Amino acid sequence: MSVLRPDESSARELAGLEAGAPRPPTWDPVTGDGTLTSDPATRAPLVLGNRDFHSVTETVCGYIEKGPGRWWLPAFIVSAKVAGLMPLMIGYLIITGVGVWGLNNQVDWAWDITNFVFWIGIGHAGTLISAILCLLKQKWRTSINRAAEAMTIFAVICAGTFPGIHIGRVWMAWMLFPIPNSNAIWSNFSSPLLWDVFAVSTYATVSLLFWYMGMIPDFATLRDRAALRLIRDGSGGEKLPVLGFQVDRLRANIYGLLSMGWRFSSRHWHTYEKAYLMLAGISTPLVLSVHSIVSFDFATSVLPGWHTTIFPPYFVAGAIFGGFAMVLMLLIPSRELCPGMKDLITRRHLENMAKIILLTGMMVGFAYFMEFFIAAYSGNKYEADVFVYNRLMPPFLAEHIGDGRYAPYWWAYWAMIFCNVVTPQVFWFKWGRQSVPVIFAVAFFVTIGMWFERFVIIVTSLHRAFLPGEWHMFFPTLVDILTFVGSCGTFLTLYLLFMKFLPQFAMSEIKAVMPQADPHGHHHDDRHGGGHGHGDGHGHDHGSKHEPATPRQGGEA
Amino acid sequence: MSKKIYKTEDGRGVYGVMAEFPDTPTTFHAAEKVRDAGYSAWDVYSPFPIHGIDEAMGMKASKLPLLVGVMGLLGASLGFAFQYFVRTDYAIVHQGKPADAWQVLIPVTFEFGVIFTAFSALLGMFVWNQLPMWHHPLLKKERFLRTSDDRFIIAVEATDPKFDPEATRAMLTKAGATRVELVEE
Repeated sequence: MSVLRPDESSARELAGLEAGAPRPPTWDPVTGDGTLTSDPATRAPLVLGNRDFHSVTETVCGYIEKGPGRWWLPAFIVSAKVAGLMPLMIGYLIITGVGVWGLNNQVDWAWDITNFVFWIGIGHAGTLISAILCLLKQKWRTSINRAAEAMTIFAVICAGTFPGIHIGRVWMAWMLFPIPNSNAIWSNFSSPLLWDVFAVSTYATVSLLFWYMGMIPDFATLRDRAALRLIRDGSGGEKLPVLGFQVDRLRANIYGLLSMGWRFSSRHWHTYEKAYLMLAGISTPLVLSVHSIVSFDFATSVLPGWHTTIFPPYFVAGAIFGGFAMVLMLLIPSRELCPGMKDLITRRHLENMAKIILLTGMMVGFAYFMEFFIAAYSGNKYEADVFVYNRLMPPFLAEHIGDGRYAPYWWAYWAMIFCNVVTPQVFWFKWGRQSVPVIFAVAFFVTIGMWFERFVIIVTSLHRAFLPGEWHMFFPTLVDILTFVGSCGTFLTLYLLFMKFLPQFAMSEIKAVMPQADPHGHHHDDRHGGGHGHGDGHGHDHGSKHEPATPRQGGEA
Repeated sequence: MSKKIYKTEDGRGVYGVMAEFPDTPTTFHAAEKVRDAGYSAWDVYSPFPIHGIDEAMGMKASKLPLLVGVMGLLGASLGFAFQYFVRTDYAIVHQGKPADAWQVLIPVTFEFGVIFTAFSALLGMFVWNQLPMWHHPLLKKERFLRTSDDRFIIAVEATDPKFDPEATRAMLTKAGATRVELVEE
């Protein structure tokens, strides 16, 4: 066996492979928590803290059984109050009419559709992590996929609200679906807006199935832990404050029901893994199709600024970009606040996500540039006019160049460029992508920038189209703003509920990528190191090593 | 060969025996031994899918992908046929597109295919695995419940033609089991 490099031995020690000196109490500023190695031959450990399987179970189930921390209840109360704005504002909208929004004749889509595209885009990172990274066999996804999938579901819930309420007469929303009616008029299947209905509802359903399927083994773990506690002290245990139910009894029943009686059988795992892989395989084209279809809403119209063929890939890249930013905005505070989470979500995970943000940010930046290039290259003066005089030209430049016209929404455009193109560039540098505060700050900017991107695409293209006589500015009303704020509150409230009541990590998947899960041995057996054959020969001579000194047997037979 | 029916001393039926193993490699190699001993009604229980255990247990490749593929194509065809019917049933010319143009039907056809695939993958997995099954003899064993945490268990069922309370127990112990228990029905 080869000589260990010093960093490898420390990485092995951190992964629980070898006993060694206790972990330093503070992080080494150079290598962070030990996972930020730049040596390509060293695989960073995915789970830190000398953990065995049991301690992973304890930590993850602890968030549910002991709660995520004392901060949870105040955070939940505040975000639930903010979430309350949403039904309030929607109720006001329905009983009054869409006039409560700042829409006008020219700008008939504004914050409603901006919010829709913003939220649906955020969902895409979850599916990317769970499906595409699964197909690419990226093992680091196992500790972030559950949270990202949860985020997907909640983002799609927020997204789905907006098209539902923007149609004006909400009670006619059923006409979105092809339901036979007395007028014998069917939905228009040649419209991208109807494709959108199918794409988003399919996306929501498949994401939910994928999320649920991944949680089945973890529900079973929660069920078994509650059942074991009940066996240990049948009468005792925590009780619900008012209703008086025994909490563990409820857990054993509810999680047990949801687990479908999963019993960790290898024959079940075999089919389960196949089914999971197929769900990942079908979610991959699905996630690409959903934002492509969302972009068709714009791209198939004749409006300058919307009518571009680059929209589908541009929207998909932007969705993944914005979604990863949101994943980071949720996970960075979570790992600070929840005990033990830093062992599961390492600095390496954050760095990897920062790299994806850099990549997709560059793709988005390229698309911004390409829109200008095509506007100039095509010689379409309407297109060129939209890009220069609806978006780009700030007033202080207009005084010196051109005919003095400036883009009224120039600040929105430049906010988008700054947030989406400029700020991610710090991830080229190691100090940027390896510093947690910097990653959080960039994620924050990107989230804002991606909202502005949709605002720029929708409002700046609409507010000055072909006929100058129809030009109008759009100003949001208080109802517009509070509905969006309410949707952020809804998103956060749902996420907080997820943190408290559902397993935040795919425990079985994390255990499967731990070194102890290797069926060919990790701690005792260097003869087989690197060999992955399942030869019978090595299996047989090997088993005898584990013959226990004093076999204990149950005496029931 | 007549089928033997085993009973415990107090007259309960016997589901089989379950053997506990200390770690992944031991479990893996014990599974190979049970396979080579010719057992058929047995299973390995582990907190996560052990890499390569399907070969070590001698499992055949799952036929689920075939079902899912057929269902996906069926869904896409149904979606296409449904849209075609809707567009020609009460033909209204929208956006100058002919009522029977197939190109505009592709996005929703795809979504139909996806949703059929997803449901058949999940439901097919349940059907194949005979789930939901909320009651099972093994789930009544206290020690078995730890498999969802960090334990590894191999259970051989009494319905297996090669099952024999003493011989099976001896075989599992020899394979490295730290504890063997009888499982009542």
